[in-house]
Amino acid sequence: MNRRALVIVLLVAANLVSAVMVVQAKHKTRELAHQLQEERVRHDHLATEWAQLQLEESAWANPDRVAQVARTKLHMVQPKSYVVLEPGQ
Amino acid sequence: MSSRKRNDRIPVPARWRGYFVLALFGVFAVALVGRAIDLQVVDQAFLTQEGDKRHLRTVSVPAGRGAIEDRNGEPLALSAPTESVWAVPGAVLEAPEKLPALADNLGMSTAELRNRLEEYKSRQFLYLRRQLSPADARKVMDVGAPGIFLQREYKRYYPAGEAAAQIVGLTNIDGRGQEGLELDRDTFLHGESGSRRVVKDRVGRVVEDIAEFEPPQPGHDLQLTIDSRLQYMAYRQIKEAVVKNDAKGGIVVMLDPTSGELRAVASYPSFNPNDRSSINRAGVRARAVTDVMEPGSTIKPILLSNALDTGLYTTEDTIHTRGWFQVGRLTVKDFRNYGDEDFAKILQKSSNVGAAHVGLKMGAEGVWKTYNAFGLGQATGTGFPGERRGVLKDFYTWNDVETATASYGYGLSVTALQLIRAYGAIADDGWLRSLRLIKGEGSRMHAQPQQVISAKTAATMRRLLEGVVAPAGTATRAAISGYRVAGKTGTARKAGGGGYNKQRHQALFVGMAPAEDPVLVTLVMLDEPQKDAYYGGAVAAPVFASVMRDALRLLRVPPDEPEILAAASDTKAGT
Repeated sequence: MNRRALVIVLLVAANLVSAVMVVQAKHKTRELAHQLQEERVRHDHLATEWAQLQLEESAWANPDRVAQVARTKLHMVQPKSYVVLEPGQ
Repeated sequence: MSSRKRNDRIPVPARWRGYFVLALFGVFAVALVGRAIDLQVVDQAFLTQEGDKRHLRTVSVPAGRGAIEDRNGEPLALSAPTESVWAVPGAVLEAPEKLPALADNLGMSTAELRNRLEEYKSRQFLYLRRQLSPADARKVMDVGAPGIFLQREYKRYYPAGEAAAQIVGLTNIDGRGQEGLELDRDTFLHGESGSRRVVKDRVGRVVEDIAEFEPPQPGHDLQLTIDSRLQYMAYRQIKEAVVKNDAKGGIVVMLDPTSGELRAVASYPSFNPNDRSSINRAGVRARAVTDVMEPGSTIKPILLSNALDTGLYTTEDTIHTRGWFQVGRLTVKDFRNYGDEDFAKILQKSSNVGAAHVGLKMGAEGVWKTYNAFGLGQATGTGFPGERRGVLKDFYTWNDVETATASYGYGLSVTALQLIRAYGAIADDGWLRSLRLIKGEGSRMHAQPQQVISAKTAATMRRLLEGVVAPAGTATRAAISGYRVAGKTGTARKAGGGGYNKQRHQALFVGMAPAEDPVLVTLVMLDEPQKDAYYGGAVAAPVFASVMRDALRLLRVPPDEPEILAAASDTKAGT
């Protein structure tokens, strides 16, 4: 009789503990899901910004524009003759 | 023990009761099946409609399309997220005070907006504006009007614009490939949309996110062998030349002979892929790949290479000519009488008579086999959609007249890519390689390179071709100070309805530098230049010189002309 009561008490206790753990796990899941959602939004924003920066960069680095700036602003000219130096030479 | 006794006392139920229950179950089963048929078959349409009204929706999550990059990772085509504004017309009209602000941010008049909303009032979905920038879309949302939503869409941008438009191609508004590589590699570039199941309310707001999330699969990036700097430059120069010579069009192709990779494939006219309304058919064609032409005199180095390689002639042999000669009904003519010619002179003066003599000595089969070995009449390996193979008729249909004309490049047609590929073999010690437009994984299987002439013959031919650019040659204007250039001019009369047209020409120049060990082969073609001088040497050679000069400097190729090097090292010593 004593042993049976003990088993029941233990089972009830285990049941309680597992119930609390289920609640905790659920809570944690929600928290993480929320976090994931936030990260997704952030990823999305960053991806958008990255694409826009790439476009901006390619607009600034357009060879026609670079050539024009080199000629007009920096007064660069095409060399008539030249030698090519390798690094370390 | 006592319970057992109690059970024993329960009387056995009558058999009919069991049958009754079974019959009852049977009736239930029939009723259920009947109801199921009723729902699934008879009322199906009605119920689906009703279900839709309750807004359990699968929302598609769009995936980005892969970028197309040049060999240095510079973007040639790029997808950037944009927002499309859509509305539930009925819900928006419930807040008329918001309409002016909304219309303002959407770039339309208030009356216009109201009319559209009224017109589609019965609908649940109406695009108000597609592909707005994210910043502008946020302003629209900040108005706070009910029934207004954003939908993520990707817009394709082409930073290289018209310079690489025909090769890169373009997509349609729904993001699927429509032209060029965008079309050819659509499945590789295109991503798979993901999905999300949500419950929406009457005005379309997401009220509950059911945890079924299928993440979108973005498309793969495609890297080309094109160098965007060379591409830009080639396009700018050919455009300038076409306009200056009042030509119908033009092509510049640049090839790295040691790898078979195309560095630039530019043609004019082109189109601006960022502005859909400017597109016309003529501009969309990738002329270097899809247009065939007669190679004219540019074929001579290929023919003579083989004559040298097989030992039929040596560079010391001379051929006696007198300015013209008769083959059947055909009179082969030179510009003037060049007398005794060796190979150097045939190429330097571009002598048809000399080439015809060589061709006839090789015979129809020999000439055909040479051209076939150099890849004429065959696919180049780029895999570009709509690539043509040109026409190289079988030699057994040739008589002496056809053999003679084929020797100086008439009676067969090639694409610019086939021609530059053949010159690539002269540039790269006789190795004929598959042409490549796509790097890495995206490239298809390529055939092994074939050695079509010996390295020694190739070197000899390059030396002979330097004579074309020398002061006595036909293409003095292809010379580049500081570099040794080898190349060949060509002028083809275009065949029209009634045979060759004397007024319409194609001016060609194919060349390579530095001649000793070429790093770049460049082909220039101008279609129907209208000015008096239509010869390849006069029209195409200067374009070659300016394109090649800039390209060699960009690629940091050291000058190989001895005097220039000496002069330069003097100044270096002085500093």
